[in-house]
Amino acid sequence: MRRAEPSLAPPRPDRVAPGAFKPGWTAIKQRCDAEQGGKQCDAPRNSGWRPGAKWARGSSEAEGATWAGETRRDVARRIAALPAHQRPPMREMGRRSEAADHPYKRLPGDDGTKAGGWPEPAGVPIPSRAAKQHRPGSNDPGAAMKEVAAFLDTGRSTAATVARVRPPDHVPPAPPQDGASPLVTVQKTGSRIEVAAASPAARALGIIPGMALTQVRAATPEVIVRDADPDGDARALRRLAILLARRWTPVVAIADAQSLFLDISGVAHLHGGEHAMARRIVRLLARGGITARIGIADTTGAAWACAHHALPDTDGVALLPGGDTIDAIAPLPAEALRIDARALELLRRLGVETVAEVVAMPRAPLVRRFGAAFVTRIDQASGQVAEPLDPIIPPVAITVEQRFAEPLLTAEPIAYWIGQLVQRLADELAKAGRGARTLVLAAARIDTHVQTIRIGLARATRTPDHLLRLLVRRIDRLDPGFGIEALTLHVQRADPLGAEAFDGDLAEGERPDLAPLVDAIVNRIGTRRLWRARAIDSDVPERSVGGAAPLDPPERAAPSWRRDDVRRLDQRGQDHPWHPRWPRPARLLRRPEPVDNVMAGFPDQPPRRFTWRGVTHRIVRGDGPERITGEWWRRSGERDAIRDYYQVEDEDGRRFWLFRRGDGERAATGDLSWYVHGTFG
Amino acid sequence: MSEPSVLQSLRDTLRAIEGNGHRRRAVLPFGAERIDSRLADGGLRLDALHEVAAATPGMGDDASATLFLAGIAARAWGPVLWVVRRRDLFAPGLYQSGLSPDRVLYAEAADDAEVLALMEEGLRHRALGAVIGETRRAAMASTRRLQLAAENGRTIALLLKRHAREGADPLAVPSAAVTRWRVASAPSTPLPSAPYALTGIGRARWDIDLVRQRGGEPFQLLVEACDETGRIALPARMVDRPVAAGGAVARTAAA
Repeated sequence: MRRAEPSLAPPRPDRVAPGAFKPGWTAIKQRCDAEQGGKQCDAPRNSGWRPGAKWARGSSEAEGATWAGETRRDVARRIAALPAHQRPPMREMGRRSEAADHPYKRLPGDDGTKAGGWPEPAGVPIPSRAAKQHRPGSNDPGAAMKEVAAFLDTGRSTAATVARVRPPDHVPPAPPQDGASPLVTVQKTGSRIEVAAASPAARALGIIPGMALTQVRAATPEVIVRDADPDGDARALRRLAILLARRWTPVVAIADAQSLFLDISGVAHLHGGEHAMARRIVRLLARGGITARIGIADTTGAAWACAHHALPDTDGVALLPGGDTIDAIAPLPAEALRIDARALELLRRLGVETVAEVVAMPRAPLVRRFGAAFVTRIDQASGQVAEPLDPIIPPVAITVEQRFAEPLLTAEPIAYWIGQLVQRLADELAKAGRGARTLVLAAARIDTHVQTIRIGLARATRTPDHLLRLLVRRIDRLDPGFGIEALTLHVQRADPLGAEAFDGDLAEGERPDLAPLVDAIVNRIGTRRLWRARAIDSDVPERSVGGAAPLDPPERAAPSWRRDDVRRLDQRGQDHPWHPRWPRPARLLRRPEPVDNVMAGFPDQPPRRFTWRGVTHRIVRGDGPERITGEWWRRSGERDAIRDYYQVEDEDGRRFWLFRRGDGERAATGDLSWYVHGTFG
Repeated sequence: MSEPSVLQSLRDTLRAIEGNGHRRRAVLPFGAERIDSRLADGGLRLDALHEVAAATPGMGDDASATLFLAGIAARAWGPVLWVVRRRDLFAPGLYQSGLSPDRVLYAEAADDAEVLALMEEGLRHRALGAVIGETRRAAMASTRRLQLAAENGRTIALLLKRHAREGADPLAVPSAAVTRWRVASAPSTPLPSAPYALTGIGRARWDIDLVRQRGGEPFQLLVEACDETGRIALPARMVDRPVAAGGAVARTAAA
């Protein structure tokens, strides 16, 4: 019996590849140009140009480039034409000077290296288009052209800008992959944040799991940190186990958070032998971004030991020859036996390092000192104690099918047979203890064309009537053609559903079940057009209503506060955000419409007259103002905005909700224009 | 108003002939004596279709009709499905008429046929308190389907007829609805006015007009709008001369 066990390193995200920086040359050039306030010199090179040449003046002025010989006034005019954020800072205008140091300038290094920190890129690749123009000019790195002194010389060069835009190349000490950044995942244990796992590049830099994050960051500031997600890893491991169980071997068990046991006895020959099979699995996982090591041995314990502690060959496979497994794993360290940390510590203190030494010790004192579990582990490694595996069972999709000798052509037999299929499906679902969430009905025609109807359900259900009603409504989408010869119902998504209580019409339920109604409506118009309203605690009227899912009513218990929270002192209780103290209209316009011809006492009287949609309304009654200020935390433009809302009634009894922007005292609050926002009943 | 007993017995015979004879129908009364006594069943029938339209095409009357329906739905016993054509219904306004947001399901339909189809789905579900839909036109056949779907249930079906174009009366089309209403907004309850200032708005008022009802007479009434529980009220009759709206200065008592 041979068992294999792949061990998984924590998956490395492929998307983070900062070493592979593909420079966008046009973007860099544009940024350089923008930073330098225009092209430094766009004169055609080596073509006899001299400053002030009349034939050159016209074309370059049209492009807005700077050229030496401009007068101060010209430049001032051009500066004024720029938008405010692109104008060069004051320091540089009026005289040619160095740019102001930006506030985050790096201090010089400890060993006296120059400040700046960005290394001059030794090998900046020059794009091929410019290769033709590879003549010394002012824009090339390292060039210093003294005679062409543009007015706006900011002292920066394209090279420095490129270096700043492009992150510096890392030369990692000796990682397996070139250019990969060190990546660690962290978790919070107790009061400190520790490294949970480290990528090979990180491990090459000396970062091991268990180090504190602050220490890591101090040593290698360019490390990339992600949160550890043990649940996600466990789920991913389970999915991987299901994948392997479907294709490679029927018995796959999860050994621990990083390892799987695969029983390949009797299966290996189907995949070309043990070594070939293991190699293929390693390559498959590598394509998925997972680095794996596989150990193959006769017993589970030995396989685990090989996978974790033996040196793999070039394919990542450690194959133990058949026979005495304990001798084969003798040189491995004692952790290979899967014993607990306390026992390991004790063993280390006793001077026992390898498996051979552990096995050589007499058994009875071991049992007395470490317990029976310790000895069981040794026996499991040697094969004297069986270790049965608890395999993962891949979920099986539920499908019912019906084939017909006579192809179906009309709607009635199709509906009848769908009814029969739904009954059988309900039985199958009941046996499996699940309810369907997504069903697909596939109708295969004689000409092998398959048509599908898909229905979704808001809650897992296996009620035949409900499913049948939803399916039958879509029958007219099926085109029988020359005849349908097979109908299949697939359950694409199923949720666990226990035994359902039968209430039907017997119970006058407190809360009637809306799930079938929601299903029926959603399958007709889609999920986006069915919703409930939810009160949002916001003063701005159009933001005080939110959408909610139709089925779960929006009752959220108020979050409980800590014992010493000051909000507990407020005995009044919270008002509903839509309290009737602030009257709200029944219909609200999507966008407030401006009204004209408004006559209102200033600053806090409701208007006496306004004209909206061509009709002039004379107001006889009014209430207000209700002052609603903008929410500065949402948009900074609303910081000073104020709306004064008035509820007004005209002589015919129609009631409107108007507002005026601004409070009349400060101009920043609004421009005093009037709008109508809604109508009251 | 007491009816002569002959008329009452004739009415009972008619009701028995009409079918569902001796079973008492479930009704949703308005709670105001003067309205319920004039309705044939003493309230709005729960298993029937009722139509409401605004009196004029403007937005003011439309909002009044909406709140009239919201008040009825608020007093219904269960969840409410509101099928809209446009998303201009403001939930806080409905909340202030008694219809809280956890009771209402909104569905947006693309055209009138879909509105009616969704209303029918809601009626067939039998677990809703009220189904409200907004359409422009509904032919007799569609309203009859809705009425049939509502029979034997406890869901009240309410149809808000919007104005199709200027001048066309939405209630001119014959329909199978049990009651047909027309709602217009009226000047609100007068409040004591201060001189040279605008008075505040008191409780809103509506002119409701029962245009047709099956088994009863039409009537018109001026009522006060729904309060926070969805109940409409009847305006108190002014014993003295009603205060003029607008800036008429009241003669002081010293005079």
